[in-house]
Amino acid sequence: MKISCQEASNICNKSQYKEASFWDIVKLRIHLLYCKACKQYSKKNSELTSMCDRAGLTMLSKDDKERMKRDLEKKF
Amino acid sequence: MAENELHPENWVDLYADYLFNYAVARVGDADLAKDLVQETFFAGLNSAKNFKGDAAERTWLISILKRKVIDHYRKINSKKGKAEVRINYSEDSEAEGDWLEQQVADPFSKDGDHIMENEELGLAIQDCISKLPQKQALAFKMKTIQGMGTEDICNELGINPSNLWVMIHRARTALMGCLNDNWF
Repeated sequence: MKISCQEASNICNKSQYKEASFWDIVKLRIHLLYCKACKQYSKKNSELTSMCDRAGLTMLSKDDKERMKRDLEKKF
Repeated sequence: MAENELHPENWVDLYADYLFNYAVARVGDADLAKDLVQETFFAGLNSAKNFKGDAAERTWLISILKRKVIDHYRKINSKKGKAEVRINYSEDSEAEGDWLEQQVADPFSKDGDHIMENEELGLAIQDCISKLPQKQALAFKMKTIQGMGTEDICNELGINPSNLWVMIHRARTALMGCLNDNWF
């Protein structure tokens, strides 16, 4: 059941995108019980996720950017 | 001075998303925001000779975009009568049939503050993302903003999943540090 800090951070990252399996999360939880550093990292990581959600980030699609680049280059 | 020269060939990669976020927050329409960003780049190119180099490239582009947003609101309000306040019954919502008085904004609501704070937060995050190495930034944006699946991103970037997770890990760690310095 014991996992390394590297594994723990890996699971933690995946869980930010809901891609960690149930057992991975159980293993992570156990790890967080005794590892202060990972606990801190995990907290910060969740904070980052909630900030990104809150900020309602948007971006241009790849096609849009390509088109913009082409149009801009015509004017050079 | 090399730092404050213009490099229009990098504009789209470096600033398009930042400017786009800024514009979307102000005009509330993605297509319109896209046009404004494009116009900003054109205007920047046309007046490149006026760039004195005393501001960073991005600050300069933002100031152009600001003008574009203002011009946009001027234009849609220029015709007579368009400036008047129109309040209509909304037909589709459940508020139908309610008194107009019930639709006035709640003066004690804190929503406005939240919206503004989140807008600034968005720009702070974009700012931090733009400091990441380009490929890392792209991977992070595809995963977090576009919500793409791991497999799709790997195919598009030509990397394997463990590469991707390493990149995401580095990006997230850098962003936490950057936001710690610039936001909290």
